Formats: sequence, structure tokens, C-alpha cells
Amino acid sequence: MARQTTSLRTYALTRLVLVIPMVLILLTLVFFLMRVAPGDPVSAALGGRLSPQALAERRHAAGYDKPILVQYVNYLGDVARGDFGHTITDNRPVTEVIVENGAATFELTTAAMMVAVVVGIVLGLIAGRLRDTPVDVGIRLFGIVIYAVPPFFLGFLAQLFFGQKLGWLPTSGRASPETQFLLSIHTHFFLIDSLIDGDWAAFKDCFLHLILPATTLGLIISGVLIRLVRVNVLQTLKGDYIEAARARGLGERSVVVRHAFKNALVPVVTVLGLQVALLLSGAVLTETTFNWPGIGFELVRYLNNRDYIAVQGIITFFALVVVVVSVLIDFVNAWIDPRVRY
Amino acid sequence: MSEAPVLELEKLRVWYGSARGPVRAVDGVSLQIGAGEVLGLVGESGCGKSTLGRGIMGLLPDGAVMDGEVRLQGENIAGLSGRRLRQLRGPEIGLIFQEPMTRLNPLMRIEDHFRETLRTHEPELSKAEIRHRSLEALGGMGIPPTRFRNYPHEFSGGMRQRIMIALALVLRPRLVIADEPTTALDVLVEAQILGILADLKRNFGTALLLITHNLGIVAEACDRVAVMYAGQVAEEGDARTVFGSPAHPYTRDLLRSVISLRTTGLHYIPGAPPSLVDPPSGCRFHPRCSNAMAVCADRDPVEMRAETGQRVRCWLHGPQTQIPAGGHDPLVREEIAVAEEA
Amino acid sequence: MSVQPTERRLFGAWNRTLEPIRDARGVPRWILWAGVVLTLFFIIMALTAPWISPYHFDQYKDAAGHRFPKQGHPSSEHLFGTNVQSTDVLSRVIFGAQTELKVVVLAVVVALAIGLPLGLVSGYFGGRLDRALVLVMDALFAFPYLLLAIVIAFLLADKFGQGVATAAIAIAAVYTPQYFRVVRNHVISVREEPYVEAARALGARPRTVITRYVFQNVIQSVPVIATLNAADAILTLAALGFLGYGIQPTEAAEWGYDSSRAISDAGAGIWWTGLYPGLAIVLLVTALTLLGEGLNDVLNPVLRRRRIEPVTLQASVGEAEVEM
Repeated sequence: MARQTTSLRTYALTRLVLVIPMVLILLTLVFFLMRVAPGDPVSAALGGRLSPQALAERRHAAGYDKPILVQYVNYLGDVARGDFGHTITDNRPVTEVIVENGAATFELTTAAMMVAVVVGIVLGLIAGRLRDTPVDVGIRLFGIVIYAVPPFFLGFLAQLFFGQKLGWLPTSGRASPETQFLLSIHTHFFLIDSLIDGDWAAFKDCFLHLILPATTLGLIISGVLIRLVRVNVLQTLKGDYIEAARARGLGERSVVVRHAFKNALVPVVTVLGLQVALLLSGAVLTETTFNWPGIGFELVRYLNNRDYIAVQGIITFFALVVVVVSVLIDFVNAWIDPRVRY
Repeated sequence: MSEAPVLELEKLRVWYGSARGPVRAVDGVSLQIGAGEVLGLVGESGCGKSTLGRGIMGLLPDGAVMDGEVRLQGENIAGLSGRRLRQLRGPEIGLIFQEPMTRLNPLMRIEDHFRETLRTHEPELSKAEIRHRSLEALGGMGIPPTRFRNYPHEFSGGMRQRIMIALALVLRPRLVIADEPTTALDVLVEAQILGILADLKRNFGTALLLITHNLGIVAEACDRVAVMYAGQVAEEGDARTVFGSPAHPYTRDLLRSVISLRTTGLHYIPGAPPSLVDPPSGCRFHPRCSNAMAVCADRDPVEMRAETGQRVRCWLHGPQTQIPAGGHDPLVREEIAVAEEA
Repeated sequence: MSVQPTERRLFGAWNRTLEPIRDARGVPRWILWAGVVLTLFFIIMALTAPWISPYHFDQYKDAAGHRFPKQGHPSSEHLFGTNVQSTDVLSRVIFGAQTELKVVVLAVVVALAIGLPLGLVSGYFGGRLDRALVLVMDALFAFPYLLLAIVIAFLLADKFGQGVATAAIAIAAVYTPQYFRVVRNHVISVREEPYVEAARALGARPRTVITRYVFQNVIQSVPVIATLNAADAILTLAALGFLGYGIQPTEAAEWGYDSSRAISDAGAGIWWTGLYPGLAIVLLVTALTLLGEGLNDVLNPVLRRRRIEPVTLQASVGEAEVEM
């Protein structure tokens, strides 16, 4: 046992070191993307509203009159310190935006991921086991069609049915106004906060608001997972050790479940990491559709207002999240599959 | 041998479907293996010997049909239900595969492999008994107990093959089928494995069907040998007799092609193995046989006993009564080296 | 009539690719043909849009100059109804097909034109160039694609306006890393194949090895990737349109944009403005995905299922026909 933990530790350290170049590249990318636009962010956002003097002052304060390389170095330093600046349009610290709205997005994406994993993996395993039967075809078709449905279309249909005709589930926002007014914020995760307070009514309200957006996003992602899990199961079932297990007289069911399914799911873990990028993209759309005040929603808003500082901060945050998740996934992969460690 | 044979094949046929017509991989094979006996099954690639091994176990792929009888200890197991076959595979017949590198589940420890196999077939064993039996089997193969909890990728190819053999033997089957067990291993390891296999009889009383294309192995390890050609048995008998006085021209040519330190010129059999979809008429070896007679192209040879005692299917050994007038004349062929692509 | 050697090689490769498609049976066959038929339907719709569409996509008056009803119910004159700008929904759906396909084809072509050669060169030669490219492409690939597309579209729109070209470039930028990655991985596995090694041992120049062996092998996986990519690209384009970063509504009809306008209609119970564009997206993406999946099932050796021919055991011929 001792030998294993050390290996995992060594692997962890090596992996962390490799993260640095990726982070640098992403940050550089973000930096230069933001400066492709003509002019500078301050003028772009507030151009018509302030006098040239005030504009120049703001520009200087934000450091946009310095040479590009200096700006770049300052940017990297700021990010390292966690200082993302203040938004131009409503003068909020960008970190505050990230924390508050980020929590909302995290709630949404976590719930969506749970839906996606349960639906996607279960259906994918079944489809792989029952290859080319009507069940398999049905599941595959479901996966294909559900991925083809854009979140806003599902949202539109949900609005039509649940909003108007049936009215069971709320279709907008994170919680009803009363709940939001009364809820005391601890973690910015409404579900957790309401539990901390022991406020069941609030919990129920927030949960109901979460159902439609999370299910919408989750089902769409499950479409991808179904396809992946199915292919992995098919491939695994062809493996030599499967034949050897059958030759030892192991029951078909235990061969499939214990050998094939488990081995098929290992590469899925890696893919789950890739799904995070998909999740975040989908979250932007889902949040806009359901008025969910997440970070994607804010990004669109700030982008429309030409608030480049906010946009830069948010996108930097996204880049960092992606890197962190990919490292985590690699860890989990090494933990599950002993071959990877060496 | 006064006991009933462990394995008896009677007119076994295994045909596959293909786009060009049925592939007659095994086309009328009758064999016997007595308790504790080692029977070598030799032939070129594509002569159907691996199919034969799998057919006995009932591990044929979809679309293959089997005909004839496979009697294990007197019980006909050809065409048995899946459940009954699963009970037999393992405790009654074991199978050792050719490629050891991929035959163990990479995510399972060796301990898990053994535990799973023993639990399936002998559920009444206690944990301690399982461990004892497993370590005993592994010890017999030279694998120390300290490596019991290792993963497959931590072993070399030769060791993995030994683990596979141990896994097959731990259930103490009466018959073990070894399908080219050393083809993928280097010569030194091959010698070790062969030694182990040859000792099976001595240590466990297990009968062994050793399938290989390597004549040297057979000469070393086998009591009896059967030579297969184009899905049929050409010659079968005591190993020393067959090698010392081969009755069938094919066996004779095979032996002459073997390279040793005394080889001065390369000998080969002209032509190529015949197509199993459309085999030659009469004796299947006649296009490549230097002793071919007119009757050989016309009629299938009858199984006879040669003077030296082995079974052989060749018109050179009669029966004279069934050879028509002019049948003894040498076969007239356009070209001796007409190759029928397999 | 001598066929040039290159042509013959290409025909050979083409035939080899088509053979498994012709041989396909069972479920994969149905999926493939369903995809083909449905995709063709949309392609034809896009190509014949000006002729089959009842009205122009931004037409709000009829020939006599009467204004179309605003948010009118589906009727005999307007099969899918009209939207808030008094334009015919059916026409916008038909012209939308044209827009989607234009952008997507352009995007896929650009992404391929950049990603394929880069992947080939990077995979075959390796070294520092390869490592650098991989780092950049992986970073791009890991980034949420929609955000990347939005930002690029936004920035390009400032300079070049919101047109078909801008959208296509934004989408191409997002998908180029994918092509690069797939091609590169494929090249690396092919590079190690014995027949490539043999060619090199015989003294073949890198250019020959690449074009004759590696490229022909790699090109086989491109149709599947391109088709599935096209499906994704349509979703991305619709997303861009929905958020307002897509194509100018005056320049072309776009389903995503129409969907965004329709969200507010849902509150008033107006269902036709959002249903039809949305359904069109679903159908086209499904069509392309079915086509891609069908091709994959049939071409990918991992998934290909050999056709199982029925076998009947005839009585053994010539089994000791005893004739005395």
C-alpha cells in the first residue's frame, strides 16, 4: 500500500508542474483577445458618457496607457494575486461577480452534471449490452435527438408548457423574489444556505427553480455521454480478457457487469473532464434562457455593454477553472487506472 | 489405457459463414485423449486447429455452426445450453490462450482474478481456502505469494502466461487445452512453460491438448500427435512413431522443412494451404503432394492403419480394394506449383 | 485512355471506402440511410430556397402592398404563421437552411484547411514544432467552445460586421483544434505501422510517405469527423444567433436569432414563432449526426460488424463412398 500512495503523490506533483505552461498559454490568449478590439476597454465602455479628461484619468488608473508588455506582466501579476479589477460599467469588484454569480453557475452545472451522468451512463451501458436491439436503437436515437435540441428550444417548450398551461415548475430565476429577499447568504449556494438556516420552504422553492434548467442542460449533455459509454462498452466487450473470462466459465452477466462495464467506464472519466467545457458553454445558453443569474448570464450582459474588464476577468476565471478540472480528472484517472501512474 | 478417454471427438465439423461461402474450418475430425495423456495437434496457420480448440469449449463466434460429437468423460457436450457449458468450462476443461499479455483484466489484481474464478465454481470455499488454493497454484508455477496482489501489467509476458496456467489449473480440470501457449513468448520462456505443461500429467494427472505449429515442441512434450491439414486429420499416432516413420506425405514434408543445425538446404512444400471455402476434390493435399496418384484427385482417402501403427488418411496406404483401375498412376497435373490461395 | 497513377490511387481509396458502405446491413444501414435522406432534404431545401419559399425571408408586405399580419396564426397564406416583424415564418425557416449550410460548410472547410495540414505535419515530424502546436491546440480545445466563439465573433464583428464570413471564421477557429488533434493522433498511429516503416527503409522521401501512405489513411476518418463537426457547428451558430452575435437579421434568416425573438412570445401563448425554427435546428442537427454516426458504424473498423452469413452443413461429400 505504501508504494502506491507515493506513486500517486509523485504523479500528482509532476502533473501540477505541467499545468503551468497551459495556464500561461490560456492567459496570454485571453489577454491578447481582449486587446484585439480597437481602442481601449475604458473608452469602449464609457466613451460617450464621460468627458475626455475623466476618460483619460480612468484609463490611467486602469493602466491602459502603459506599453503592452508592461500591461501583460501586470495582468499576470494581478491574476496571480487574484485581483481581477473592477467592472467599468457598474464598478463592482470582478471577484465579487465571480463569487456570487459563479456560485449560481456552479449550482446549475453540478446539478446538470448529476443528471447527465446518471442518465447518460445508465442508458449507455444498457445500449452497449443490448447492441442493435430495438432498445439500443431507441436509446441511441434519444441520445442523438436530445443533443440536437438547443437549450433555448427546450427552454421555449418549457415556458410554453410549464409556464403557461401547467404552471408546475418555475421557468425563470433562481428563486422567487420573496425567498431571495428573506434568504441569508452564507455560501452563495442557495440550496446549502437554505439548509443551513433550516428553511424548508426556501429550500423547496430554490430546488423547484433548479429543476428545469438543470434537467435541460443535463439531458443535452447526457446525449454525448450515451454515445461515448456505448462505444466504450462495445469496444471493451471485444477484449481478450473478456474471452478468457468466458473460457473460465464465468456467467455472462458477471462478465459483462464486472469486467466490461467497469473497464468501459474508465475512459469515460477522462471524457467527463472534457464535458466541463461543454457544460460551461451550455450553461451560458441555459442561463440566458431561464434567467438564471449565473456567470454566463453576466458575461453576456457585460459583453453587450462593452465592459471589457469584466469580460476579461470572467474569461480568465473560466480558463483557470478548465485547467483545474483537467488536473483533477487526471488525478482521478490515475487513481482508478493503475497503469497510468507508471 | 483401460479408462474411458477424457475427451473424444467424433466427426466434428465447424463451419463459418462468409461472403464467398461456408468456410470449412474443421471438416470431420475424430480424436481421442486419454486421462493424463498429452496430445499434440500440429498444422500450418489456417488449418483449423484453433477453431477446433474453441469448438470443444463452445467458444465459437456468432455465425459458426458445429456438427458431430464432443464427448467429455462420455457426456456429449456439443450443442449444450450456455448454462451447462459454463459449469463445465473451468472445472472440467481449461483453456490457455496464445497471447498472455491481454488475457488478464488490467484493472483487477491477480488475487481478484483467482477469487472470482473460485467463487464462481466452488462457492462453498472460505476466504482462507481460496487464498490457500490460489497461492498453491501460483507457487506451482513459480510465482511467489508476495506478488499475489499485483496488477497484470507488473508482470512480464512469460509470468503472465504462468499466471494464466495457474488460473486454469486452480480448478483442477481433467483436460486442459493449450492453444499455441508459447508462440508469443521468447525461446527461453518457452522452454520453461513447456516444462510446466509437460509436468501437468505428473503433478496433476491432467490431460493436455497442445495446439501448435511448432513441431519441436510436440516432439519434446507430447505422447501422441495429430497432424491437421485443411480442416482434417491427416495422420495421428504415437509421437515417436509419427516423427520417426511418418506415414502421410504431408507429415514427411513438414518434418523435412524443419530447420536444425544440420540443415544445409531449405526445403519447403510448394504451393500454399488450400482455400477452406472450396477445398480441393478428393484428398485435400493432392495439389502439393509429390506422391499424388490419379485416385487422390478423385476420392477422399479412407482412414487406415499404417504398418507402424498410426492412423492415416492417404491412398498410399490403401485400401487397395477401393482404388479403381488406373488409380495408382501418377497424377497428371498441368503445373506442380499451382497455388491455391487460402 | 490511360488513367494517371494519382487518379488510380484516389479511385482505389474511394472504392475501398465505399465498399463497407455498400456491404452495410441491419441497424447501421438504416441509421446511415436515414441520415443521408434527411440531410439531402435540407440541402435541397437550402439550394432551392428562392424558388420553393412562398415569400422572401424579410418580406413583410404582399405583392399588393398589404402588410402581413403581425404574429398571425398559421393560416393558408402563412402555413407557419408570422412573427412579430410580420415576416413569414415558413420562409424564414427555408431561407434559414441556406444560411446554416452556407456558414457551416465554410467553417468546416476553413477548419479542415488549417487543421488537417497542421495535424499531418505536426504528427509526422514531431519535435519542438509538434510540442508547441499541441500545447496551443490543447489549450484552445479545453476552453468552453461557445465562449471562444462569442468572443471571436464579437471582436470580428467590430471590424468586419456581422455576416456569414464572420460567423464562419468564429466557428472555424473553435473547431480547428479538434481537426488538428484527431488528424495528429491518427498520423502518429499510422506512422508506426510496419508498412510506413518499410517505405522509409526503402528510401522514400518524407513527402512521398506523407502523401501516399499517411494522408490516404488519415483521410478516411475525415468524413465522419467533418459530419459530426458540422452538426456541432450548426448548434454553435444557432447559439451565437440566439445570443445576438450571429448574423445580421437583415442579411439572412437564421434559426437561432428567430428563436431568441420567440422566447418572449411564449409568455403570450404564441407558439409558432419559436416551434418551427427550433424544430428545424433539431432536425438538421439530427440528420447530420445520424449521417456521421452511420458512417462511423460502417467505416470504423472498431465498430464494424462483419455480416453474419447463414451456414448450412451439407452432408459430408465423399465420406468413404464405398464402391466395390
